[in-house]
Amino acid sequence: MAAESSNSIDALGQFQLHPALGFIGDSVRFTQANLMMVVAGLGVMALLWFGMKPRAMVPGRLQAAAELGYETILSMCVDNIGPEGRKFFPFVFTLFFFILFGNLLGVFPYFFTFTSHIMVTLALSLLVFILVTAVAIKLHGLHFFSYFVPEGVPKVLAPLMVLIEVISYLSRIISLSVRLFANMMAGHVMLEVFGAFIVMLGGLGLLGYFPAALSLGVNTLLIGFELLVATLQAYVFAVLTCIYLHDAVHLH
Amino acid sequence: MDVASAKMLGAGIAMTALAGVGIGMGTIFGSLVTSVARNPASRDRVFGLAILGFALTEAVALYALVIAFIILFV
Repeated sequence: MAAESSNSIDALGQFQLHPALGFIGDSVRFTQANLMMVVAGLGVMALLWFGMKPRAMVPGRLQAAAELGYETILSMCVDNIGPEGRKFFPFVFTLFFFILFGNLLGVFPYFFTFTSHIMVTLALSLLVFILVTAVAIKLHGLHFFSYFVPEGVPKVLAPLMVLIEVISYLSRIISLSVRLFANMMAGHVMLEVFGAFIVMLGGLGLLGYFPAALSLGVNTLLIGFELLVATLQAYVFAVLTCIYLHDAVHLH
Repeated sequence: MDVASAKMLGAGIAMTALAGVGIGMGTIFGSLVTSVARNPASRDRVFGLAILGFALTEAVALYALVIAFIILFV
């Protein structure tokens, strides 16, 4: 995982999957990414369970965190989707906290970020895409396809516009998944590269100590930036899900 | 030119997308400063929007990074 004494930096090696939990995981192909998903799920449930257990009027830290998450996501749903947003609140809440815990757990040393794999984020964005399309078809029936025809378009331009709208609708899958995956992967690659700098420069002897300390400082700042990005990307994923759901509910 | 060096050059050229991202980021935060200066009361709401725009713009830079990685390593 860490850089070797050789001159090449193995930046992408940290994303390799290994079987977790000994021979049991090996026989059912249970990787450390799956393990982290289970940990993230349990973490969300623990936050809500232990956070809301006291049911105090003046919340403690854990309860405040749980309530803050609940209220933020609820207001996000209602603001972006409209009054119908309450129906989709459980879905968006689950999605947000699953991604948030996945991103944040990846910042800890020796932990694996499952959102840094395109397969995971692609599955999540396909889930969102299929749900949005299903909601739109259930609510509007065949009228849903009028979504692809913008209002007030000249007849001559209509086929072109429909084509563009269909492509932009389908490209949501890619943009949603690649955004999350690329953010998480790029952050961890940067950490790896600067971590390798520390090892390489430290090996140079007295001359390398100052630049090594400098890259250690950069790495510390990057960890802080990673915390920001982890929260922000989970938020952006949830907000975009809400915006897509708004389109599905209201068509335009 | 052999394939290895062409790959290196291609990855470098892929990162020219950062020019556009830089312009976009500058526009976002420039507008943020302007609007907060005009109406300081709107700070909280506008700041949230700016951060959302920042995240969406940053993603474009990362698309370019992913393309560069694909060119280099895949």
